[in-house]
Amino acid sequence: MGLLTNLKDSISRVTDGLFAADEPKRIGIYGPPNAGKTTLANRIARDWTGDAVGPESHIPHETRRARRKENVEIERNGRKVTIDIVDTPGVTTKVDYKEFLDHDMEKDDAIRRSREATEGVAEAMHWLREDVDGVIYVLDSTTDPFTQVNTMLIGIIESQDLPALILANKTDLPGSDVQQIANAFPQHETIPLSALEGENMDEVYTKIAEYFG
Amino acid sequence: MPGPTPNVDGDDAPSDDSDDGVRIDMISGARMDGLTGMEKIRLILDGVRDGNIVILEEGLSPDEESKLIEVTMTEISPDDFTGIEIETYPKAEAGDQSFLDKLMGRKSTQKLTVIGPANQIETLHKDENLISTLVSRK
Repeated sequence: MGLLTNLKDSISRVTDGLFAADEPKRIGIYGPPNAGKTTLANRIARDWTGDAVGPESHIPHETRRARRKENVEIERNGRKVTIDIVDTPGVTTKVDYKEFLDHDMEKDDAIRRSREATEGVAEAMHWLREDVDGVIYVLDSTTDPFTQVNTMLIGIIESQDLPALILANKTDLPGSDVQQIANAFPQHETIPLSALEGENMDEVYTKIAEYFG
Repeated sequence: MPGPTPNVDGDDAPSDDSDDGVRIDMISGARMDGLTGMEKIRLILDGVRDGNIVILEEGLSPDEESKLIEVTMTEISPDDFTGIEIETYPKAEAGDQSFLDKLMGRKSTQKLTVIGPANQIETLHKDENLISTLVSRK
């Protein structure tokens, strides 16, 4: 009986391994709040499936739950890559509901939003440790990338040996400095883009196919 | 069986209930070495939630940093605890690693780390050689 069970398990492992190669890779879109993660996730999803992933907003922590768009097929140079996009809440080490009051929000709504945001960040960290196969790290190229959260997250991603693509977003805005991001993380390739305007998405898709295919 | 909750207070530690200043706990690498990841996080967060500044001689591993963020998020509550401010020097370059570390693919996690309550500590300047922070009382 034990022998049969072992044999069944062995066969199961071999077949799982064969099919695993064809399974979509879960690619987490990470970064600090307001870097344009959901705008990028929506751009990718709309370009390849016609659907959006979630609402976008200039108010921080609009995304408070990790959202997954499954089976996004990206074709590049005759090669097809299937990924699940996981749009995650912006990672931070602090959330103060009073910051939301500046966005014309009532106190109760601000407290609820901050509570949901903290749950979302905790969830995003859990996904990063357990449930993603690769990371697209999105940074706002108009802001200083030398922050503790960025340093820690890139360190966490590297420690997990996850393939990581760094995107310098918001190149359509004045003050965009892609080189500053490249200098901050020289061990990774930095790709400039404007997810909002759809600029340089061709290169982004080529790199997604190359990194995660 | 879980061990006792680690605490930086020794028997001869002076009372820290004073409202006159900000307490700084400088924790050596040797003290952290014997703790599990969760014990380290508890030690840090208990201190920070009491309004203390915690300075770690050797910092945390990336996995511990990830869990520190996760646990911090679960403890944030309105008008009580808004989270942490954390600063470390940038990671040491490969040139600083020992030959054995390079051979084994080990990366040093030793980096001085400053952690404090988000509403009491503000980073004024940070570069590879200097972390300058402004600490205020509650």
